[in-house]
Amino acid sequence: MLFFSYFKDLVGREVTVELKNDLAIRGTLHSVDQYLNIKLENTRVVDQDKYPHMLSVRNCFIRGSVVRYVQLPPDGVDAELLHDATRREARGG
Amino acid sequence: MQSFVREVVATSHSTVKEPLDLIRLCHAYDQHLNMILGDVEEVVTTIEIDDETYEEIVRTTKRTVPFLFVRGDGVILVSPPLRTA
Repeated sequence: MLFFSYFKDLVGREVTVELKNDLAIRGTLHSVDQYLNIKLENTRVVDQDKYPHMLSVRNCFIRGSVVRYVQLPPDGVDAELLHDATRREARGG
Repeated sequence: MQSFVREVVATSHSTVKEPLDLIRLCHAYDQHLNMILGDVEEVVTTIEIDDETYEEIVRTTKRTVPFLFVRGDGVILVSPPLRTA
């Protein structure tokens, strides 16, 4: 639940989602769910010449299981808060 | 002439004892090994084998990312940084 809560706090921010097939999509985080499925708005593919498949796509739903990385805004991380939340999560597991 | 069959059944419902404290390496992690890392350097290593000479050509590509969420199902190995005393 830790990362689900973290991503909920990040809604509205610009992120870049890199998929396991190497496709990278930049967009505004619209929503996230417990499976860390992601909905992005205002999307642009990062290397548009290499991946022309999604030129006209502006909003998308990404299945959580195909995500490799999510590049986060540098000020989107409160280290203290994350450390504390992780300690609580680790204890409960 | 006697044959012994010894059955050892270990039932353990506890989690694996963590050999290293992941919280020291990253900002956050969970039981799936999803992680948030800071000051990331990604190194992609590819090995090409020449069809004729069979020599191995090793190529590495690097990039840096300030803050990165890594999905745990892609994680194979986690190790602490090498300490140069």
